[in-house]
Amino acid sequence: MASTNSSLRWKHLHKVLTKPGPFSDQDWVPGLETISALETSKILVIGAGGLGCEILKNLALSGFKDIHVIDMDTIDISNLNRQFLFRQSDIGKPKAEVAAAFVERRVKGVRITPYVGKIQDKDEDYYMQFKIVVCGLDSIEARRWINATLIGMVDPSNPESLKPLIDGGTEGFKGQARVILPTLSSCIECQLDMHAPRPAVPLCTIATIPRQPQHCIEWAHQIAWQEKRKDDPFDSDDLDHIGWVYNEALVRSKQFHIHGVTFQMTQGVVKNIIPAIASTNAVIAAATTSEALKIATSCNPYLDNYMMYAGEEGVYTYTFEAEKKPDCPVCGNLARSMTVDPDMTLQEYIDALGDRPEAQLKKPSMRTEGKTLYQRFPPQLEEQTRANLNRKLRDLVENGQEIAVSDPAYTIDFRYRLLFK
Amino acid sequence: MLKIWSMKQQQQQAENAEGAAGKKKKKVTAAQLRVQRDLQELTLGSTMKMTFPNPDDILNFTLTIEPDEGMYKGGAFHFSFNVNQNFPHDPPKVKCTQKIYHPNIDLEGNVCLNILREDWKPVLNLNAVIVGMQFLFLEPNASDPLNKEAADDLRQNRETFKRNVRTSMTGGSVRSVQYERVMK
Repeated sequence: MASTNSSLRWKHLHKVLTKPGPFSDQDWVPGLETISALETSKILVIGAGGLGCEILKNLALSGFKDIHVIDMDTIDISNLNRQFLFRQSDIGKPKAEVAAAFVERRVKGVRITPYVGKIQDKDEDYYMQFKIVVCGLDSIEARRWINATLIGMVDPSNPESLKPLIDGGTEGFKGQARVILPTLSSCIECQLDMHAPRPAVPLCTIATIPRQPQHCIEWAHQIAWQEKRKDDPFDSDDLDHIGWVYNEALVRSKQFHIHGVTFQMTQGVVKNIIPAIASTNAVIAAATTSEALKIATSCNPYLDNYMMYAGEEGVYTYTFEAEKKPDCPVCGNLARSMTVDPDMTLQEYIDALGDRPEAQLKKPSMRTEGKTLYQRFPPQLEEQTRANLNRKLRDLVENGQEIAVSDPAYTIDFRYRLLFK
Repeated sequence: MLKIWSMKQQQQQAENAEGAAGKKKKKVTAAQLRVQRDLQELTLGSTMKMTFPNPDDILNFTLTIEPDEGMYKGGAFHFSFNVNQNFPHDPPKVKCTQKIYHPNIDLEGNVCLNILREDWKPVLNLNAVIVGMQFLFLEPNASDPLNKEAADDLRQNRETFKRNVRTSMTGGSVRSVQYERVMK
């Protein structure tokens, strides 16, 4: 029975944090300072699903006291087999809130602040408050977003702006944990080609001769829905919608003498559900949270930088250092500052780019996040942006704004931060 | 944590970079940057045109194909391209905005082109997609049908199929389906 007496609860943890070990760094000072560094480290957990539940529990039990969690989802009955912070009575409630309340109840002294919504709702000021970010996500898109955001936040004059990102991911019996030090080590974008794309079935197979029950479901979801319920936006969380797709798929599967279309399979195909295994989540969440503990306290060296776990045939793990890609579109070409005269026209600026020794771009196209400044090809877009050439820089960009420049002569793109003279 | 920061400082010194100025502004996204590059590297030829309803948004545009040979000669076919922020990990979403008679394009405008779906790879670019689209009009493919009737016609009798293409392109009906007039 775990004691609620706090000194006893943390007895083992404090042994690690108050004495140097064989692997701890020479400069590391164990003791109260380290413990307080851990307890005051504000840490963000992205995702409160299969991995997220484990991560929240582990962080709380590792001595983190100020944890925040973001998740936009609500609890579904199918989550209950592994997302152990949720009960049947929680179905329909937001995952972040229920998970936070559960762990707060169970581990005395920890504060967990939930946010129900998308990570994209929050801006850099929000992410700046954390020391470490841990991800337990199921989407590559969300990973790329947080990765690009954290890299964009790194400000060389402010040490606190570098937020280590610890990313966990699982799929069936396989998983990975990685530590990303934004702008210092290989980032998610650098490693993007390691993700195998989702196997897609040719649309024509779905449209003409299905071979598998999944093809019938895809047909109902992608083709029949469009034909018959065009004006009704499909919602994969709406059970009536799934039911409709299921019935359509069932009729089609009978026509082609295919067996095996079930409601559950329909939900799986339509929502693109990847089979989740509780133990894989536990293994990966454990890896990410022990990295968080090591990074927050410096008590031991952290993962450098990628651990893969393959459990489908026995157990195999392999750790390696993924390399930074020099031409990575997110971390490879960070914006360089360039001082410009704001009264110069865009044409003059482009001419100057050709002459500047550090640029030497002869045929550049360029844009800001919100504006196409000049695009040389295709002709229609060239025409539409040509008028910008005679406009002054101050009318096109803000002081300190970043522009991205591509030139066919170079295989990489360039980013400049324009500083007004 | 301190260790990590001293690494950053070392890197900074090595690069001898200048400090950042003011508050950070929004950055050009990886998808935007890739599309900017892809657009620049297009080879369009005289049979293809692109239009950008909003020139500042290069992720959404229309491609018009006007074949100058083959069965679809004389028509103007419009396709909407929607590139999401996950590009080039995800392929662009391409739809025909007209109702046309084509074995590989259904009546809703979905296009059956392998590189738009199962064979898409991030190393492919917009040019590859556009070349593939152009090819669909030169060589409609009966073995990968989305419009089954059109594919059957093409397989069974090429001449009938050709006639049907002409009928549909001028706004006529084929097998009791009325098509949109797409002549230039």
